[in-house]
Amino acid sequence: MPISYYLALSAVLFGLGVIGFVFRRNIITIFMSIELMLNAVNLAFIAFARAWGQLQGQVFVFFVIVVAAAEAAVGLAIVIVISRNRHSLNVERINLLKL
Amino acid sequence: MTPQMLTFLVLAAVAVAGAVNVIVLRHPIHSAISLIVVMVSLAGLFLTLEAEFIAALQIIVYAGAIMVLFVFVIMLLNAGEEERTNMSRMARYVGVPLGIVLLGELAYQVGAASLSMTAQPADASAIHGLSMLLFQDFVFPFELTSILILIALLGALVLAQRREGAPAKREQQNAG
Repeated sequence: MPISYYLALSAVLFGLGVIGFVFRRNIITIFMSIELMLNAVNLAFIAFARAWGQLQGQVFVFFVIVVAAAEAAVGLAIVIVISRNRHSLNVERINLLKL
Repeated sequence: MTPQMLTFLVLAAVAVAGAVNVIVLRHPIHSAISLIVVMVSLAGLFLTLEAEFIAALQIIVYAGAIMVLFVFVIMLLNAGEEERTNMSRMARYVGVPLGIVLLGELAYQVGAASLSMTAQPADASAIHGLSMLLFQDFVFPFELTSILILIALLGALVLAQRREGAPAKREQQNAG
């Protein structure tokens, strides 16, 4: 079974993540799109690790998952602060730096 | 059609359908549940790629811990349905086609790579090799991640604590 099927699936998931990141307005959904992109990259890493029969790719995915956990904790804390200060989760309302 | 191919197609279809749901559904909690579906099907795909440890990690850490955190925050903030925005004409007629073109191009170019799976020794030494790599070659980054998690923990605490009123500080002053 060719590895390119997995890579194509990974690319499709990454593209869907990009589209969600650009088009959605809810800050939590934007965050979830980022997680979707991270998952797509993980799939590519595992597929390449399998293609070359080496385990370094799996170690890298381990680190990606750990960093994603830390990122989710800090990011969701930021979301809580934003929603407390702006009383909205819509990114169009978070425009303090806009002229 | 081989059984491996059938497994891949089913899991891939579930993953893509879940991903489309994540970016189409308007309620954040529905998006979160769809994202859990994507993660579980990806864990199945990791199993077909003989990455059992990463598949378990995906279920435990991603679908378990991270998504529970997401659902917790959505419930805490009482996030309702996303309000519809009047998408600009530029976004509708240029952005959406360009997004679809990007998706197709990425999938085509990456999928055109002609790599096939090499034969791998199918004994139970994958987890052994993984742990040897993790605790010998990559032991420095491994220890760094523990510091990273500590910093993330402190950062989340500092960010999410309530500042106005600050009763804790007043008590400290009274004590001192």
